[in-house]
Amino acid sequence: MFLIKCPFCGERDHSEFSYGGEAHLVRPKQPTELSDDQWAEYLFMRKNIKGLQYERWNHLHGCRRWFNMARDTSNDKIHSVYKIGEKPSK
Amino acid sequence: MKKKYSIFALIKNSLSYHENWQKAWRNPEPKSKYDAVIIGGGGHGLASAYYLAKEHNFKNIAVLEKGWIGGGNTGRNTTIIRSNYLWDASAGLYDHALKIWENLSQELNYNVMFSQRGVMNLAHNQHDVRELKRRTHANRLNGIDCEWLNVEQVKKFCPIINCSPNIRYPVMGSTLQRRAGTARHDAVAWGYARGADAMGVDIIQNCEVKGIKRNGDSVEGIETTKGFIRTKKIGVVAAGHSSVIANMAGIRLPLESKPLQALVSEPIKPIIDTVVMSNAVHAYVSQSDKGELVIGAGTDAYISYTQKGTHEIIEGTLKAILELYPIFSRLRMLRQWGGVVDICPDASPLISKTSIKGLYFNCGWGTGGFKATPGSGHLFAHTIAKDEPHALNASFNINRFVSGDLVDEHGAAAVAH
Ligand SMILES: Cc1cc2nc3c(=O)[nH]c(=O)nc-3n(C[C@H](O)[C@H](O)[C@H](O)COP(=O)(O)OP(=O)(O)OC[C@H]3O[C@@H](n4cnc5c(N)ncnc54)[C@H](O)[C@@H]3O)c2cc1C
Ligand SMILES: [Zn+2]
Repeated sequence: MFLIKCPFCGERDHSEFSYGGEAHLVRPKQPTELSDDQWAEYLFMRKNIKGLQYERWNHLHGCRRWFNMARDTSNDKIHSVYKIGEKPSK
Repeated sequence: MKKKYSIFALIKNSLSYHENWQKAWRNPEPKSKYDAVIIGGGGHGLASAYYLAKEHNFKNIAVLEKGWIGGGNTGRNTTIIRSNYLWDASAGLYDHALKIWENLSQELNYNVMFSQRGVMNLAHNQHDVRELKRRTHANRLNGIDCEWLNVEQVKKFCPIINCSPNIRYPVMGSTLQRRAGTARHDAVAWGYARGADAMGVDIIQNCEVKGIKRNGDSVEGIETTKGFIRTKKIGVVAAGHSSVIANMAGIRLPLESKPLQALVSEPIKPIIDTVVMSNAVHAYVSQSDKGELVIGAGTDAYISYTQKGTHEIIEGTLKAILELYPIFSRLRMLRQWGGVVDICPDASPLISKTSIKGLYFNCGWGTGGFKATPGSGHLFAHTIAKDEPHALNASFNINRFVSGDLVDEHGAAAVAH
């Protein structure tokens, strides 16, 4: 169990939030021009990192807004929280 | 020579106070070179090595395990074994395993305590009823035993289930696979380890893989905490840590690793002689031979390698258990733990070659791979030895995420254990 600091509402129990997977995956501008391999890479392949990961969360049972988080998946320690469109601080 | 376990061996060893049993497997140092190396000493990895040695005559091989064998998900699961999956490819895969289970104790000369006590999958709403009936028919068409039970039959088969229509998620029927059941998880790892060791396989514990050495598009060897090991064939069977090893080799897999939890109660007298699973309320229960209720929960939604999981998952499961089995209300829980499970987007496994020559993956078993252990090892050994899949695992290749030919067992597999 851990606390998450929503950039809009402040610190709340993580059960108020829902997880949105790896962050900073950019949707290809012209999907029709991708090969099947490239499309699969974008849709399905993941780093699934053990260690510091950049990921998206949604404050589902709160302000319902999306934001990014840098968390160490080997110990669930949260390093930073930042808004969509921003770059991670480190 | 490995001595056989038998009633006579038991009597003989009792005369020396059980102090002179032969070691079940050696504890060798790694050689500098092997014909093939399996990474991961769980049930699937040990079974893979066993069948490589037994059916493909690979004798100069090793299994590398970073901790102790069976200490991963193999030793952490709730041991439910069944083969009533929806799609033909899955039915073929899981029933192949179930058939091996039926004779496994004899084959390994090791009691894996396989118990065909039946597995029920409860329906709690109209949609469940339709889905589960559809699955019953699909199973039968594939030659897999499956029955539909109405509420009265449910009550008769497992009397402690609360079949009152007035509960929040009333029981509206159930499937029953009678050939399904449970087995002793540790014994599966130990039995395969002992069998593989007897054929000369080196099982190397406390040996963590730190890197995969590539020469262009093929593998050359493995960096480990016990030095460099040269090999042309690497089979990765690392469950929740599969992506970590894929990243070492410079490839990505369609996996996310999440915590999955289970818990056991204090031991009580026999009260439930089958396995009951429920998808809608996400709770399942069976009773171990020691008398503990073995209760499984769901996964947390986020990636984590902590082997922990959160409290509200357990809380949700126990709420459901209490409504379905009011008789458990005063039981105390003894232990709770978590494992790291590797989940594919279609909830089916990968037993597959990769774009790198000599690098094979057997993973993505997620929340439900214990049941497949013998079949998975058998098919993976074939894939490694022949450098091509067996007909039964051809659908479970990585390429399905490129072609779109997924094996979507998400809804179909009920609770995916
Ligand atoms: C709580 C829980 C309940 C479950 N319930 C069921 C169930 O009822 N029925 C069912 O069918 N399945 C169930 N499962 C799933 C099942 O446990 C797994 O699918 C199965 O055991 C996987 O076996 P394995 O041998 O692939 O993995 P593991 O047993 O996890 O083995 C992988 C091994 O790889 C080793 N390893 C990892 N990285 C490295 C490295 N770098 N170097 C060397 N070694 C490494 C690990 O230490 C580990 O021992 C459950 C899982 C959990 C966690
Ligand atoms: Zn918020």
